[in-house]
Amino acid sequence: MKRFTRPRSMTDEMVPYCPGCGHGIAIRLIGEAIDELGIQGETIGIAPVGCAVRSWRLYRIDMMQAPHGRGPAVATGLKRALPEKIIFSYQGDGDSAAIGLAELIHAALRCEKITVFMVNNAIYGATGGQMAPTTLIGQYSTSYPEGRDPGLVGYPVKMAELIANVSRNSYSARVAVNNAKNVLSAKKAIVKAFRTQLNKLGFSFVEILSPCPTGWKMTPVESLNWIEKEMIPEYPLGEYSTPKNL
Amino acid sequence: MKGKPLKAVKVSFDPERCKGCGYCSFVCPKHVIGFSENFNSRGFHYAFLNDPEKCIGCGFCALMCPDIAIRIEVINKD
Ligand code: SF4
Ligand code: SF4
Repeated sequence: MKRFTRPRSMTDEMVPYCPGCGHGIAIRLIGEAIDELGIQGETIGIAPVGCAVRSWRLYRIDMMQAPHGRGPAVATGLKRALPEKIIFSYQGDGDSAAIGLAELIHAALRCEKITVFMVNNAIYGATGGQMAPTTLIGQYSTSYPEGRDPGLVGYPVKMAELIANVSRNSYSARVAVNNAKNVLSAKKAIVKAFRTQLNKLGFSFVEILSPCPTGWKMTPVESLNWIEKEMIPEYPLGEYSTPKNL
Repeated sequence: MKGKPLKAVKVSFDPERCKGCGYCSFVCPKHVIGFSENFNSRGFHYAFLNDPEKCIGCGFCALMCPDIAIRIEVINKD
């Protein structure tokens, strides 16, 4: 590491999230990847609904807002109209695994040459910590205070595996931002996802396990430990598919 | 080599951006990050380097900071 400062592709705005929120780390890693690949001028980001929408202020690139869950649909339109641009959608788990699941799966099925980043904090953070499709078995949420009961509401959805299964020649990975080593691997996966798009290989998807101390009712450091002990065993890290010739 | 700096670096914290989450001090292998008793303008106890001599310049703190409050500069490299 030569120097560590704010990425050039990011503005000087204060990060608008709660103390310890992993969105700040994920957004910064995407900014670093944009800098590293030298694609600031070509990249267009999409910020949908949820905590993820506040990312638009932080990037010094063109950003577009999408209705809830419709990031991959808007990204498809942008990419087809402007095939030379690099299009990414920055979404949360409620946005992409619940209301926007159809848009995401179909964009992956069509092998759209776009990139979707899904921040998975196992909860609906922006609306006050309700249960999301990604909430773990037994996990507290404001809508299921006794913990998620699979007999009543089913099991957590595994997005990285799902995308790898439906999309041919895609890049699909799950990473976490709970310690320095995992942050470095997360950055590598983000760069690979952009490369998949730059080389016109296929759909690319990175699921980022990320702390939400406010929603989880934990201190920030407790939430990092919770990712290690509870989330990673349920959501194993790794690459689930890599395109040929990447 | 134990405890020797990896590089001659300067780690600086921006007290106004810090939200006191504690991630930097949690990952710091040398435990050299402390928290001020004072508040910044948003009401957080901000992080600072309380023992700069012991910092090895690994950069873990900056990697983990969600608020991009940490800046690392190489002062001279050799
Ligand atoms: S650079 Fe490494 S040793 Fe220095 S304060 Fe940061 S984490 Fe600690
Ligand atoms: S990680 Fe950043 S925001 Fe959190 S306490 Fe350290 S300097 Fe402050």
